[in-house]
Amino acid sequence: MIGLTGPAADRWIRRAAALVSADAGELTRLDAAIGDGDHGHNLDRGFAAAVAALPADAPAGRVLIAAGRALVAKTGGASGPLYGTMLRRAGRVLDDCDDPDAADLGAALRAALDGVRELGRAEEGDKTMVDALAPAVAAYAAALDGGAPLPGAARAAADAAAAGADATVPMQARKGRASYLGERSVGHLDPGAASTALVLRALAETLEG
Amino acid sequence: MRKLINAPGDVVSDALRGLAAAHPSLRVDATGGTVVRADAPRTGKVALVSGGGSGHEPLHAGFVGPGMLDAAAPGQVFTSPVPDQIIAATMAVDGGAGVLHIVKNYTGDVMNFRMAAELAEDEDIEVVPVVVDDDVAVEDSTFTAGRRGTGATLFVEKIAGARAEEGADLAAVAAVAREVNERSRSFGVALSPCTVPAAGAPTFELADGEMELGIGIHGEPGRERVEAGSATEIVDAALSAIDADLPLAGEELLVLVNGMGGTPLIEQYVAYAAVADWLGGHGATVVRCLVGDYVTSLEMAGVMVSACRLTPDLTRLWDAPVETPALRWGR
Repeated sequence: MIGLTGPAADRWIRRAAALVSADAGELTRLDAAIGDGDHGHNLDRGFAAAVAALPADAPAGRVLIAAGRALVAKTGGASGPLYGTMLRRAGRVLDDCDDPDAADLGAALRAALDGVRELGRAEEGDKTMVDALAPAVAAYAAALDGGAPLPGAARAAADAAAAGADATVPMQARKGRASYLGERSVGHLDPGAASTALVLRALAETLEG
Repeated sequence: MRKLINAPGDVVSDALRGLAAAHPSLRVDATGGTVVRADAPRTGKVALVSGGGSGHEPLHAGFVGPGMLDAAAPGQVFTSPVPDQIIAATMAVDGGAGVLHIVKNYTGDVMNFRMAAELAEDEDIEVVPVVVDDDVAVEDSTFTAGRRGTGATLFVEKIAGARAEEGADLAAVAAVAREVNERSRSFGVALSPCTVPAAGAPTFELADGEMELGIGIHGEPGRERVEAGSATEIVDAALSAIDADLPLAGEELLVLVNGMGGTPLIEQYVAYAAVADWLGGHGATVVRCLVGDYVTSLEMAGVMVSACRLTPDLTRLWDAPVETPALRWGR
């Protein structure tokens, strides 16, 4: 079964950077409502650095590790470590596979989620990027188990991430800067979950060709 | 609104170039984002490194110098520095006695400093982190990221800096830093929002006649929004919140009335008069105080009140000589 190739991983990061750049203003607006209003611009800076750091002709694992390192080195805030860890952990799993297939990508996404959970000490329901990433990982695995091809599984993950992000609106934040708002954080889309949904959408669009 | 900038993306590096030009006592890397004492590293002295988002000037770069910080790593506006910056600052000042990282309790700062500490381990540099979390406006830290680090950061940096200057080892410097944090509380009030240059719009809206109680230092909204009160009422709200958490009666205090960046000094002194009255009326004695813009939030209007319960030793360390761009006495 076909997996995430090096060129596909390269296109994924470029696509994610383009989507983040296009939505930077909206992400910043979401962050201004419940945080400090810099999420879109920070992540745009980080993904631009990730694109600049992409190695030529490298396997998928190396591509994601390089992108993750660049995100940590250039983003700042909580987004840098969290997105950097997400991509580096996924990259390490793929890097350990001889010929990573769709199941290996599932394992990589699972490792990415575990990394983000550990570093952010956040669980589902805390109104963070975990609320988009966790359902995406589950949906990917379920789609694959149900016999979906790689693009279909990635699409299921993207749709679940988008739904997960939308589901953060009624939540009260328990992590990150929004948590200081208490009940006033209710009624706003979490910017980290929104940007995570963009990154998963970029993956689906890349694999759908 | 108009800002005195060249381009939103260049604000921090341009400001660092200005800092370097104004203060030859500092070694500034405007592109790498580090501000270091020109005479660092000092062999055998514990080094203090702090950092956080820019936009809080003079915190932290303005507190680099003898008697306080050895280096600061200023991030982008309201964004924590990246691990590369923190490790560069750490390596520039390590004199073999270890490095204290003074970290304000914000998710991004804590994560980036933690990653930098891991990198320092690879370089065989001993790093001890101390997290400042003095903000009483965050009521329940079980369901939040915990109390924010605000005005007491200045107290921690000054007093731990004095302890390091007199030759204490890393454990002792870290211990006094934690002691100051535990004995300090802060509460802030915003009378206007501020505008992050890259975002170009205020981080929140306040109607005429409203104020935001319990703000942090990133322009983020606070604990609740209420009808704006007099200076006396604002100070009463701040000190009542502090006193409820850390009783002040009978204590000798270090007090900071801190402007958030957009409140003139005359109003800060109006606030300080109310603070002095309130504390006198509640049986506390102010033995040291500071009034001015020290931990700001760009051009936000408002004040933050911080109090630290002093001991004779802490008072002595507070009084020790300090020579930095923003704080200097005794030398």
